Parts: sequence; structure tokens; C-alpha cells
Amino acid sequence: MLQLILYNVTNGLITGAFYVLLALGLSLILNLSGVINFAHGNFLALGGYVAFVVSPHIGFWGALLVAPAATAGLGFVVERLMIRRVYNRDPVYSLLLTFGLAFILQDMCRFIWGPNGLPLGIPDSLSQPLSSALFFITYYRIFMAVVVVVAVIALFAFLRYTRVGMRIRAGTLDLDTVAALGVNVRLLRAVNFGVGCLLAGLAGVLAAGQIGLNPNMGDDLLMPSFIAIIVGGVGSLTGTLFGGLLIGVASALTTMVYPAASEAVIYVIMALVLLLKPRGLFGQEGLLSS
Amino acid sequence: MSGATFIATLARRPAEFRYLPHVAIWLVLLTLPLWLPLLGGYTALGARVLVMGLVAMSLNLLLGFTGVMSFGHAAYFGLGAYGAGLTLKFVAASTPLAVVAGTLLGGLAGTLFGPLIVRRRGVYFAMVTIAFGQICYYIAYSWNDLTGGFDGLRGFARAPLDLGFATIDIQNDGTLFYFFLLFLFAIAVGLMGLILRSPFGRTLIAIRENERRARFLGIPVERHIWMSFSLSTFFAALAGSMYALLNNFADPLSLHYTLSGEIVIMTVLGGMRSFWGPLLGAAVFVVVQDYASSMTQNWMSILGLVFVLAVLFFPRGLVGMLQRREAK
Repeated sequence: MLQLILYNVTNGLITGAFYVLLALGLSLILNLSGVINFAHGNFLALGGYVAFVVSPHIGFWGALLVAPAATAGLGFVVERLMIRRVYNRDPVYSLLLTFGLAFILQDMCRFIWGPNGLPLGIPDSLSQPLSSALFFITYYRIFMAVVVVVAVIALFAFLRYTRVGMRIRAGTLDLDTVAALGVNVRLLRAVNFGVGCLLAGLAGVLAAGQIGLNPNMGDDLLMPSFIAIIVGGVGSLTGTLFGGLLIGVASALTTMVYPAASEAVIYVIMALVLLLKPRGLFGQEGLLSS
Repeated sequence: MSGATFIATLARRPAEFRYLPHVAIWLVLLTLPLWLPLLGGYTALGARVLVMGLVAMSLNLLLGFTGVMSFGHAAYFGLGAYGAGLTLKFVAASTPLAVVAGTLLGGLAGTLFGPLIVRRRGVYFAMVTIAFGQICYYIAYSWNDLTGGFDGLRGFARAPLDLGFATIDIQNDGTLFYFFLLFLFAIAVGLMGLILRSPFGRTLIAIRENERRARFLGIPVERHIWMSFSLSTFFAALAGSMYALLNNFADPLSLHYTLSGEIVIMTVLGGMRSFWGPLLGAAVFVVVQDYASSMTQNWMSILGLVFVLAVLFFPRGLVGMLQRREAK
């Protein structure tokens, strides 16, 4: 029984970690540019596929670095070519644009790599279980958790201590003033979009090692990531972090009791939060209602 | 006068032609079973345009005339479909009853969710509507015993209409069924027109134009948006129940946010500030989708391209373009 609980809690934390990576990227882009990136799950898939292509040449560890960087580069280009054109228009356009982009990226992946699942090889040292008693926890799971923790700490450090990071945070609060102070806001938004996609790409490589690749691998993660943002409170990255972990664990624990409701519980949490604390758990004054 | 200029003249509506666009559209819809097969279409395609046109027009009550963006309208459409299907399967083989039940199910769900949604604006309104839409999707998807789960709800069929003195066989006769749908469509669209012309409809437009000023005038903005949302979901659910009758099938994907996105693009493609624009957008989208999916496996890319091109190059939609060309 203890094993079962432990199994589900680890599962939940791992799933929650994926939600967190994806939701933090979404949240970064939403906060600075006011765009919901529907294609975020497809950037995740692309990250996985890039890792699949490069890992035979440079190994898993090389792919872990190259694939997120490539995803970030692609995100940067997509922002410069398309997304920036809809910034000052009705939000419906940015939603539709990224929605169409999601269709195209998913179809491209299916066209190039086929509709069927593909495996991503991971080093043997990572695929072993911890011990025979804890057979369900492989080193890879521990490794994923560590990478996510490191990535989240790195992101918060980046936002807190680097000049670009500080500008991103300042731009979230008041982009016009930041622009008036001489910051190249257009470049800043593109870089920020790239950082968001980098996190998605990283999640893609990690997920590919665990569950393999398929063209719509990001779809199931996208919606919970939205919920993580709503639950945590729009405008707060800490909230997003907390929201992702909360819904991950809650849905895993529900799996033990009543498997059919494991998805539903995420939405119940969201409805409760909206009812009791409309701005989200860490929501900031004014941001959600504007 | 070329066709485009003629339509543009109609769209601009000089006083003496005020009723012409309406007359033209109703004529096209009424005669559709006569000419659509000649163009290589089929009547069920026309029926699908009616259904998708109605749900896009219902969304436009919110998007175009209230100025808030629902990205979860497929949920109410899908609930309408399931409501109609479940009624036919488990309650009674009565088509009118199925339509009423479907409309009520979707509309009441929308009315219930409304208060949790209407406090938000812009992208956040969209996000919350998506999330509530996905709740309905997961219920339809997971409640296997009742809804058939991922495979969808099967095993029901629309019943012939029994008027007492005569029976109309909409079950087997596609053309008669088309006219039945057109009858429902006409009632819904007529109601929409009345709502938009009423003081309530004008108030919604005031909120769209300047919410703060509307608030200062003492208009309870949240309550109006809620009512608009609720009305819109009733119309969307009616369209959904028509969809279930059309296919004799209800599909969980008809509640999914992918369909919500398609409904939004139909509205924007046609022109979201115009009454008939969404119907036009739905017609174009349904035909492109039908054609692309029969021609190539990569139809998703083509649809995605429609999204991207429409946003980048035709943001005012088809009606907006025609109006602007005439104004030059």
C-alpha cells in the first residue's frame, strides 16, 4: 500500500514537473506579450524529434543540450516572422495565429517522422531501477526531476539576476516604460518567446526518453498547463510553478482512488480556485481582470 | 457590374438596397438543394454549412457584438449534440424533443459556467472558456457507459416528423431534412436579429465599444456579458443538436477545443463585425475542409495555413474586405 502511494506520488510529481516546464514557458510568453501560445505543445514535440535526429551522432547528453537550443532558435524565428505581427491587435488574432501554427507544426512532424511512435534511446545507466523494492523508480525518473529542478532554478535566477531577465520582469509590469527607457522591446519579446520555447524543448527531450515520440505528444500536456497557470494566478511565475505541481500530484492521487476522474480533478481544482479566489492562488492585483 | 462589386454594393447597404443582402442570402439558402449538386457538392454539405454557420453566428453574438472572446464554444455545441442523441436513444424517438433537450442541455451548462467566466477579459476570458469547455469534453470522453466514450454516441437516428395530419420523412429524404434544418436556422437567426436590434443588443454593443463608459452609465456589465454568453450558448447548443441529427452520431471531438478554434476562425474569416459574415466564413471553411481532406493527407497543414493567412492578411474577414474595396 505504501508502495502504491509512493508510486502515484512520484508519478504525479513527474507529470507535474512536465506541466511546470510547459506552463512556465507559456506563462513567460503570456505575461510579456499577452499571447497564449497554442503551439507550445508542438514545440515540445519538435524538441523531442530534434533529439531523436541528433542523438545518434552526439549521444543523449549532447541532444539534451542541442534540442532545447534548436527549439529556442525556431521559437525566436517564428516570433520574428509571425507572432510579432499581431501584438497590438485584438487578442483573438494571436490565438488564431498560434492555433493555426499548432496545426501546421503537428502536421509537419507527422509528415516527416510518420504518425507512429518512435523511441528515444537513453543511456543504460539511467534506465536501471533504484532497487528491487523501489522497482518503479528508475534513475531516469530521478534524473528528470533533477533536470526540471535545475531548469526552474536557472530560470528564476535568469529572471532575477541577469539584465535581460530583469527587463523581461519589468516589461511584464509596464512594457511602455521599459521601451521608453531605451530597451529594444521587440528583441526582448523575441528572446522571451525563445526562452519559453527552450523550456518546451527541454520538456520534449525528457518526455521522449520516458514515453517515446509521437506527433501529438504535447497535446495532452497543453491543457493541464493552461490550468496550472489559471490555478496559480495569471502573472505569477511562482504561482504557475505551484499550480503545475499541485494539479500533477492531485491527478496522480485521484488515479489511486478513482482512475476515471484523474483528468476531471484538475478541472474541479480550477473551478474551485476560480470560485473562491478568482485571481488564482498567487494572482496579482489588476492583471487578471485587465 | 461584376459579381464582387455587386456583393460589395449589397454589403454597403445604401438605403434603397437595405433588405437586399438578407433577401439574397435567404434565396441562396432556399434554393441550395437545386444548384449545389450541379456544382459537385451534396445536400449534406449544405446542411453542414447551415449548422456550422449557426454556431459561428452564435459565437459572433459574443465575439463581434459583445467584444469578449469565447474559445470554448465547441463544448456547448457538443453538449447540444449529446443532449439530442441521448434523448433519441434513451427517451423517445421524437426529433423535436431531441432538439429541445439538446438546446437546453448546452444552454443551461453555459448559463451555469457563465458567472465564473464573465469577470475576465481578453485572453484570460479565452483561457477560462477553453478550460470549462475541456471539462465537458472530459465528461463526454470518460463517461463510457452513457456516452460511448472515445468512439462517440451511436445507435440513434432522427425520427420522421409527425404533424398529426401528415408525416414528413426527414429520416431518409436528405432534401426535406435540409429544409427542416433551414427552418430551425431561420428561427434562431430571426431571434438573433431581434436580440441585436433590441435595447439589450444595443447595450452589448456599447459594452464592446467602451466598457468603462458603459459601466459609468450604470449598465451592469458583468450581468449583460453573462446574459449574452448564456444566449450564445443556447444558440450554439441548438446548432449542436442539429449536427447530431445530421450525422446520427455524437462525437467527443465535437466538444474539443480544436473545434472551438475552428468556430472562431469561421467567424473571423467571414467578418466578425457583420451579422451574416460568420455564415459566409463557415461556408468557405467547410468547403475548404471537405475538399482538402478528400485531396490530401496533409489537410491539417492546409487548415493551419487558412488560419495563419486569414490572421495575417485578411483580419477584417471577407465581408470587411468587400466593404473596404467598395469604399475606395
